[in-house]
Amino acid sequence: MSLISVRDLDIRFRTDEGLITAVEDVSFDIAPGEVLGLVGESGSGKSVTAKSLMRLNGDNTVYGPKSSIRLTVDGKGIDVLALKRPRDMAPVRGGAISMIFQEPMASFAPALTVGKQMVEQLMIHTDMTKAQAKAHSIDMLDRVGIPAPDRRFDQYAFEFSGGMRQRAMIAMALSTSPKLLIADEPTTALDVTIQAQVIDLMKDLVTEFGMGILFITHDLGVIAQTADRVAVMYLGKIIETGTVRQVIRDPRHPYTKGLIDALPKLEDLDAPLTPVPGDIPSPLNRPSGCVFHTRCAIARPGHCDRVPPAPRSTGQGHRVACHYAEGLPVEEPA
Amino acid sequence: MTDPLISARDLTVSYPLGRSFLGEKHVLNAVDGVSLDIYRGQFFGLVGESGSGKTTLGRALLKAAPITAGNVVYRDEERGFDVQSIKGSDLKDYRKRAQLIFQDPYAALSPRMTVRDIIAEPLEVMKLTRNRKETDERVREIAAKCRLNLEHLRRFPHAFSGGQRQRISIARALVSGPRFVVADESVAALDVSIQADVLNLLKQIQRDMGIGFLFISHDLSVVAHVCDQVAVMYLGQLVETAPTRALFARPRHPYTSALLSAIPSLDPDAPKTAEKLEGEIPSPAAPPPGCKFHTRCRFAQDLCRRKVPALRELAPGHKAACHFAEEFDFTRAAAAPVPA
Repeated sequence: MSLISVRDLDIRFRTDEGLITAVEDVSFDIAPGEVLGLVGESGSGKSVTAKSLMRLNGDNTVYGPKSSIRLTVDGKGIDVLALKRPRDMAPVRGGAISMIFQEPMASFAPALTVGKQMVEQLMIHTDMTKAQAKAHSIDMLDRVGIPAPDRRFDQYAFEFSGGMRQRAMIAMALSTSPKLLIADEPTTALDVTIQAQVIDLMKDLVTEFGMGILFITHDLGVIAQTADRVAVMYLGKIIETGTVRQVIRDPRHPYTKGLIDALPKLEDLDAPLTPVPGDIPSPLNRPSGCVFHTRCAIARPGHCDRVPPAPRSTGQGHRVACHYAEGLPVEEPA
Repeated sequence: MTDPLISARDLTVSYPLGRSFLGEKHVLNAVDGVSLDIYRGQFFGLVGESGSGKTTLGRALLKAAPITAGNVVYRDEERGFDVQSIKGSDLKDYRKRAQLIFQDPYAALSPRMTVRDIIAEPLEVMKLTRNRKETDERVREIAAKCRLNLEHLRRFPHAFSGGQRQRISIARALVSGPRFVVADESVAALDVSIQADVLNLLKQIQRDMGIGFLFISHDLSVVAHVCDQVAVMYLGQLVETAPTRALFARPRHPYTSALLSAIPSLDPDAPKTAEKLEGEIPSPAAPPPGCKFHTRCRFAQDLCRRKVPALRELAPGHKAACHFAEEFDFTRAAAAPVPA
């Protein structure tokens, strides 16, 4: 039974230049205790997808008529996209789903103590008393490895160092015991040494709380060390999905291969760094056919620029949206 | 290699932090007695965590941060300067020869100027060309080197992606014909697919134009791929410096080794890192006594808490500042694969 089930998600934004497609035809599931890594370049639609799970996108968002996001909590199904009033969304936002952001300094209110912010959300989402909420918050700060949590509770976010702030953010996000945690580039702003600590902490917490995690990052190394399954996004589409081992060891989509080749590897210092040629196209003029064909080395003119590839299975749970996922055709088209 | 292009000796940059009530002065040593040599055409990498003083060191070499003590000598085939005391017309001349590429290509370019004007600005400010025609020629020449075409030059920065913007920043830094360039986290803000492209461009420029680069980065795997020589910085001091391959094959300082093992491996089944750095970098306003790294070092002994280790040569070109650099093999427990 999956915790959240996203089907045929289409997201468009109304702008002065007309409707812009940000996400197209995205489907995925996350089971309890599972970590799904969402990888892609900036502008690929990772954050928009994640925010839609909590309906955090702006008022100019248009969801496709067939799109559905179904959240299952304690045996009850919630159709997230059908929620109308902000009041109905409260159990979803911060209750069943919590989110941690890339920049922890920007996510804490600077004029309130960290403790006050933690207690505030517990008062909204649980029926704890203020004293219980405080005790629980201090306990959570302690669990994420913050020394002297009772003293830290009364401090402001600027008094925390970068790694501490991210830990406090995690403590806060987990204190309401969410079923699903969305982590949007949680380690990108941190040093490698601190990143390693935060990754370890998150893994321990998954084991302990058994929640599902949607882990968004552009760093394939971080994905390899944290996720169970991976979905690679490009221009609003999931172009490859599978288990971490399938996708990283045997990438079938040329874009996934390109991302892995572009990564500097410590094992082989002589390997040339191969960039993915060109830039991600503007969402204002999405390429026809396969969205990747403008940058693809194996694209066949007349085919890839006309026919959008349907996701096809190349092994258990490994799905790839490329015409040539099983290999290139033998005869060379003229 | 002959004389170094840039040679720093005991370079210190400190900032006052006010006085205690007894009138005692407090200072923060952002860079604390650093010595290094960068040669012509060399790609010199500088790595360390945030707060280690990498950026301040880079800026001090460019005379863009105040040099409190020590000296920096710059010498190319035409001119030589004592950077710490440089003034007036010499300083202007030095600005032409030593340039900086910034981290964030979104913040570094004025949105109201065309790309042509952005690249031409240094030429105009430093009066390096006689007329507009000459300026245009120089701009076009350098733009072509950075793979920007004539059509690009007429547009404004908002029309460009991150990678293209960084190429514009690079073109602007190179237009005055510098011999020494500091690239401060120049690929940190870019996506991996584009990052490789900009790194390859920087490498090509270094080869074609014989520029000495100081490449500041927090990403060791990037540094491993582009740099000839690497220095590792911690709390304002160099803890290790070596030719790239030697450093990655056998780090001689526990901090370097820990940094290496913290890089997430692309292999999901990689053995779990045995070596984890606990805690965070201490405040540079109150650095620990003795070896500054001892608070996070798993090899630390009593000696480390009392005595400051000297940076000393262990193999040709390989220096480390650890009391036990000769005795211990820090890579033993490291999970990072060692290149052959």
